[in-house]
Amino acid sequence: MHTKSLTELAQGLRSGEFSSVELTQHFLKRIKQYHDLNTYITVTEEIALQNAIAADARLASGQGAALTGIPMAQKDIFCTLDIKTSCGSKMLDNFIAPYNATVVEKFNQAGAVLLGKLNMDEFAMGSSNETSYYGAVKNPWNINTVPGGSSGGSGAAVASRLASCATGTDTGGSIRQPAAHCGITGLKPTYGRVSRYGMIAYASSLDQGGPMARSAEDAAILLQTMAGFDPKDSTSVDLSVPDYSAGLNNSLAGLKIGLPKEFFSTDLNSDMAATLKTAINEYRKLGAEIKEVSMPNLKLAIPAYYVIAPAECSANLSRFDGVRFGYRCENPVDLTDLYTRSRGEGFGKEVKRRILMGTYALSTGYYDAYYVKAQKIRRLISDDFKNALTEVDVIMGPVTPTPAFGIGEKIADPIEMYLSDIYTIAINLAGLPALSIPAGFINDLPVGLQIIGNYFTEDRLLNIAHQYQQVTDWHQHTPKGFE
Amino acid sequence: MEWETVIGLEIHTQLATQSKIFSGASTAYGAEPNTQACAVDLGLPGVLPVLNEEAVRMAVIFGMAIEAHIAPYSVFARKNYFYPDLPKGYQISQMDHPIVGQGHLDIEVEGVTKRIGITRAHLEEDAGKSLHESFHGLTGIDLNRAGTPLLEIVSEPDMRSAKEAVAYMRKLHELVRYLGICDGNMQEGSFRCDANVSVRPKGQQAFGTRAEIKNINSFKFVEKAINHEIERQIELIENGGKVVQETRLYDSVKDETRSMRSKEEANDYRYFPDPDLLPVLIDKAFKAQIKANLPELPQAKKLRFKTDYQLDEESATILTTSRPLADYFEATLKASQSEPRLCANWITGDLSAALNKAGLEITDSLISDERLAGLLKRISDNTISGKIAKQVFEVLWQSPATADEIIAEQGLKQITDTGAIEAIIDKIIADNQGQVEQYRSGKDKVFAFFVGQVMKEMKGKANPAEVNKLLKNKLQG
Amino acid sequence: MSLTADDVTQIAHLARLGIDKQDIDSYTKDLSGILDLMTQMSELNTDNVDPMAHPMDQAQRLRTDSISEHNNRDKFMSIAPQAEAGLYLVPKVIE
Repeated sequence: MHTKSLTELAQGLRSGEFSSVELTQHFLKRIKQYHDLNTYITVTEEIALQNAIAADARLASGQGAALTGIPMAQKDIFCTLDIKTSCGSKMLDNFIAPYNATVVEKFNQAGAVLLGKLNMDEFAMGSSNETSYYGAVKNPWNINTVPGGSSGGSGAAVASRLASCATGTDTGGSIRQPAAHCGITGLKPTYGRVSRYGMIAYASSLDQGGPMARSAEDAAILLQTMAGFDPKDSTSVDLSVPDYSAGLNNSLAGLKIGLPKEFFSTDLNSDMAATLKTAINEYRKLGAEIKEVSMPNLKLAIPAYYVIAPAECSANLSRFDGVRFGYRCENPVDLTDLYTRSRGEGFGKEVKRRILMGTYALSTGYYDAYYVKAQKIRRLISDDFKNALTEVDVIMGPVTPTPAFGIGEKIADPIEMYLSDIYTIAINLAGLPALSIPAGFINDLPVGLQIIGNYFTEDRLLNIAHQYQQVTDWHQHTPKGFE
Repeated sequence: MEWETVIGLEIHTQLATQSKIFSGASTAYGAEPNTQACAVDLGLPGVLPVLNEEAVRMAVIFGMAIEAHIAPYSVFARKNYFYPDLPKGYQISQMDHPIVGQGHLDIEVEGVTKRIGITRAHLEEDAGKSLHESFHGLTGIDLNRAGTPLLEIVSEPDMRSAKEAVAYMRKLHELVRYLGICDGNMQEGSFRCDANVSVRPKGQQAFGTRAEIKNINSFKFVEKAINHEIERQIELIENGGKVVQETRLYDSVKDETRSMRSKEEANDYRYFPDPDLLPVLIDKAFKAQIKANLPELPQAKKLRFKTDYQLDEESATILTTSRPLADYFEATLKASQSEPRLCANWITGDLSAALNKAGLEITDSLISDERLAGLLKRISDNTISGKIAKQVFEVLWQSPATADEIIAEQGLKQITDTGAIEAIIDKIIADNQGQVEQYRSGKDKVFAFFVGQVMKEMKGKANPAEVNKLLKNKLQG
Repeated sequence: MSLTADDVTQIAHLARLGIDKQDIDSYTKDLSGILDLMTQMSELNTDNVDPMAHPMDQAQRLRTDSISEHNNRDKFMSIAPQAEAGLYLVPKVIE
């Protein structure tokens, strides 16, 4: 059952091949069996079974939506009513959310079954899932390598079939990079497409939730549920949501693909370059035209991002102060002690690093040199994309510089870790939609192809990904031992 | 040495919206602690702010009233600092792009009008409250007030005395209430004042170092706190000391200001645009719609009352300080069709006195505009005299009856029937021949005696003008 | 660009972030390294560029002034580290 696509699962549930309860029990069993991957922070077994019973009743009465009765899991960054929502941090280890995120509400309304909450880098800060308070997640393709991050639990759980599909969030690549490392399809929608209400903020002007699934076809179904205007989010766009599945089979003839020369410079390792070339060749066969484009300011995306994201995070994480919820230190002697120890003990090293960095970048005397400068570069990078996207329909490139690296390999060197986001970060600065699809293997580790589109063209991106998945089978590979 | 004082005020007005500036929780005062603090006000992980339209509208109304530039583009920023009554660890405020730009307000001190510049007014969220009493040495935090919309109105350092500062504060207090954007309740903290005070040798251009006095919440305390602070600074400098830039708290019990240590250390607020909110764009249509519904401003109304109704300066000023009072006047005037000055005199005179005595606002008056108009009608058509009217007014204040009912019931209708008055006059002349002789021999003062006798006889109901006329004729023989 | 241990201590205080004494040096080294990365930005002239605060080129949406949230104190207080009589409790605040 766990190998079926979302469409097949929905058919199975409707034809009576299996019930939602059976399907849910099957996934719960697998979660226990592969517990060592450390993909889940919380398994909501009881709730899952209640959801499944309700879904079976709904289906029996001929009701139900595409996801009714389908077991999925949420990244532990989305607030779930009466369920622990940790954000991968000791700070929120005791936090039982008193409300639902809008995205969670939407899955509930769709009748999806919640299997649990997925592991992630602490407060979504990380590219390897190693900063989680709950420990590193193992990549099912090679358990000595990282699954990527910050949505590492989501990537590994979907790849190892411990959930039919999952949600992720992407601030600098946190959906696309783990999708690439885990060999699944992950889409970061246009900023504003998916509500951020109840999604614990890392960097508010960059964060965006999105689907992580086995195929573009599944991702389309997920996005259909997640997307849409939310009056509770001032940055949510009041724009109708297209039918993401409707155009999946559209022809790609005449599609103009841009390849930024900055993405394919000599810095890119030759195996990656070769794998991506092969993938792009498939598109040529599907009728696409390939064109080189240039985005000269891309190289400054990392410094700009590592000013803007920490600056926003330094303020976003001030609310974790040991007063109203979350971790509080033992016996604070005074107010300053309460703050400094609760925060000092509750946050991990990478989170502290970014809070310090952001605090510094916003402080008197440095604001213009760092924060304002980074915002100006953000404008230039955004303009680079706008210009390129007047010449071509989509931009393609790598997601990561290398396939999954080893657990422990980069965690000691933050800069080395930051550089692994080099191909994904600029897209968040611009607010554009982008997805990662499996495009081959290097040393038995999956490689992702990134496709970047214009604002609110998620339907086109899914169509382009789906057409590739009709002529290749990379997305259908399953890691050994998880078949 | 002669010293000159320089004062600028920052006034926080709570806007009279139903719900908070960024959440749907109620702003009502006095609820049980934390029952009006929703997920957004508490700064729970994942929550987001959405701006209240009414708060924006009220800020624009204020801006128009002080003839300020309304920013077509304004931005909310985060002001970062840690304090237990500030749930998110930052306050959402406005820094570089406030919604209201430069404006002004005219004040009057000892008969002289002075224009006080207003630098800016910006929207922000209020913080909660720390309760220092009890709780075994701990502080309790109530976040009901957190997120209440504030308009912070920052003046230029244009005031030169505590009296001017108070006059400015009173004028602003009147204005925000008049505009209906703030209830002005100072006990409940709806209108709060911080004062920046400095002194400099008279004639010196450069400002002295200022101290900021926080949260002085009554007109009386503002004056005392500022005067105290001026004395402190002068004494300090004259004794060879230096004023340090700091925040001071006024202690109304000891009548002194003291340094607030907690606010002193490292104030680096690290303002930056709040990424959860987008720029507020105010277009011409939004402004036009507000302008169309803007109440007539006190200054304009006063002018109109003087020209259209021929009221004197004093009456016009009193009647236009509050919108309900002005409305009451105009409603009474319309219903009674009386002479405007008569109407104004009754409202600023007897009615105001009665309200004061009972401690009531015009909106709670025991005599409605309609009932007062009923009384004025009867004065205007000579049914009763002014003196009788005062008697009727007393009854109006105490009972729900109309003036006509009271007049009929108590038989107060003025006698204008010349026959009846003449009969009485004839009788009195006959009974007081001695006084008649006196009058005729030139003692005019005796005339008043006759009027008094006639009125007494007629229980005050005779038309005084008619009595005078008839008496004169008869006495002259 | 390099920071000193004192700088880091000061920033940490501003952020109310307790850092163990023995870790100060490693944070100092990491942050200095990150700042070096940042200095790449100064290579680019951005004099006539408008800062971009947000990817959305839109105006703030305004909410109708109505009360939509009601008392939920018990639920919210149930997750508080220390609360009593409807109040959140913290060590004494000195003004």
